[in-house]
Amino acid sequence: MSTMLEVSGLTHQYGQGERAHVAVRDLTFTIESGQLACIVGPSGCGKSTLLRCISGLIPATGGSVRLHGDEVSGVPDDLAVVFQDYSRSLFPWLTVAKNVEFPLRWQKVPKADRKRRAEEVLESVGLSGVGKKYPWQLSGGMQQRVSIARALVSRPALLLMDEPFASVDAQTRGELEDLTRRVQRELGSTILLVTHDIDESVYLADRVLVLSKSPAAIVADLDIALPADRDQITTRESEQFVSLRSEVARLLQSPQVQRTGEADTTDAAHAAGESGDAAGARTDAGSGAGSDRFTETHGTAESSDETATARS
Amino acid sequence: MSAPTVAAKRGRILGSAAVTWLVFALALSAWELIALGADTVYFPRMTAILGTGADILLSGPAWRLMLGDAVFDIVLPSLATALGAWAFSAALGVALGTALGRSRWAMDYCGTLISFLRSVPPVTLMPAFMVMFGIGKQMEIAAIVFSTLWPIVLNTVDGVRSVDQVKIDTARSLGTPRRYWLGMIVLPAAMPKIFAGLRLSLSIAILLMVVAEIVGGSGIGLRISTTQSTVQYTEMWFWVLLLGALGYALNSALLAVERLVLGWQPAREDDA
Repeated sequence: MSTMLEVSGLTHQYGQGERAHVAVRDLTFTIESGQLACIVGPSGCGKSTLLRCISGLIPATGGSVRLHGDEVSGVPDDLAVVFQDYSRSLFPWLTVAKNVEFPLRWQKVPKADRKRRAEEVLESVGLSGVGKKYPWQLSGGMQQRVSIARALVSRPALLLMDEPFASVDAQTRGELEDLTRRVQRELGSTILLVTHDIDESVYLADRVLVLSKSPAAIVADLDIALPADRDQITTRESEQFVSLRSEVARLLQSPQVQRTGEADTTDAAHAAGESGDAAGARTDAGSGAGSDRFTETHGTAESSDETATARS
Repeated sequence: MSAPTVAAKRGRILGSAAVTWLVFALALSAWELIALGADTVYFPRMTAILGTGADILLSGPAWRLMLGDAVFDIVLPSLATALGAWAFSAALGVALGTALGRSRWAMDYCGTLISFLRSVPPVTLMPAFMVMFGIGKQMEIAAIVFSTLWPIVLNTVDGVRSVDQVKIDTARSLGTPRRYWLGMIVLPAAMPKIFAGLRLSLSIAILLMVVAEIVGGSGIGLRISTTQSTVQYTEMWFWVLLLGALGYALNSALLAVERLVLGWQPAREDDA
């Protein structure tokens, strides 16, 4: 498996000087091709900032993001984002079909092909025959399906999803989760999905990255070894699922204790190292997976931090 | 919105359209009765006014669809002045408003000036326009352009500035090239506000057309002032009513265009 996304030492702060707010501090992780990874973290921990940095919508103040080896500066061509607020993300002045065709316009795809591909992708998200309608004429869940179709139509190497199911009802949410997994496997896409919902992250992902409170730092990296075929009822009641979700829940709670100690240390590099160790230990205790990855991560974190200190 | 509610709304609108015209007809009838009772030269009967109007407008030969000389010599030139000047304002105002709205600092510098220019009652500037452009079409056009421009500019600035951040992020993440940015994202998003400005300024254009024509002595405005000073009140009332009808027709036409252009907007029935 090749590496699709490589985030190293990513740091972002809003503002300068005393009023500066560090939203993301020294994040390092990689996503492999074909993975469906979830980042789960408490509300306001900087998840959206992280996504905006990865998608090139805002330049990170430190560290680097590489998409299949190329440094991300500005919005990359083969990346798409699905935003939480579908009603604000879809263009209300375009029909559903035109919304879905939109990204293809800029890739010089001939008109007939655009139309055909839009129809195909709409069909794959279960929305055949609504192309001529306007977004507001569809239900919320259908509108989010349109956004997903629009993101997938250009076959992006990486699909980023920012709390994509947070604005729909529970029933629709389950349907969209299954749809996402199905489409991801059919198209072999790589997806990085950000959520605050523990159950959702475990249900959806092949891998869950647990973030701490703001400024976001990775506290654990869990492989989700649930069977590939998942079911809203049986998967969620399986022992494996329950223990994984409990583990994620504990990880989300406990870092607060750890962070009080971290706050005393002024040395950023030291603090980052500490959190990395602690998370690594916990991951081992939990699933036994990812310890190698953490040693690697640790190394990159320190080296990139040195460069950060050198710059400042 | 489900189909039955749309149908129900249509029904209600058709009903209300019939009622609204009934009320209009009743008002005309009331005028007729009051004028009949009052029996004064200043307040002629509605049937007399409409009869005079028919004589003026439909006195022409059959090959001109009976349209009289007044239509070609008075009504159409006046309309052309108002619409031409308004269209010029629309093009200039949208361009100017887009430029100002897209610029990060332009409105910080020019905002107060534009709000001030907009607040000056344009009628009071008539003497200034007469001095600058002399009496004639130029002066009329200048007056209409000056008074219709600012509402369009300000509405366009507002529309261009209020493009939703999520839409901007979406468009960027979908790789929209810079040169398509205005046409594909900014202007469609601003269109509802631009149309609000266009409608406001269209009614101002009619108003300023009459004032400029009364001052400058041409078109419908001249007919109104002439008939008034020569005690032809029946004809004077006809021209006043005609202005009302023209204003109504133009506004309806613009609304129809707006519905066509902004057909994507949900629930626009309420402002019919």
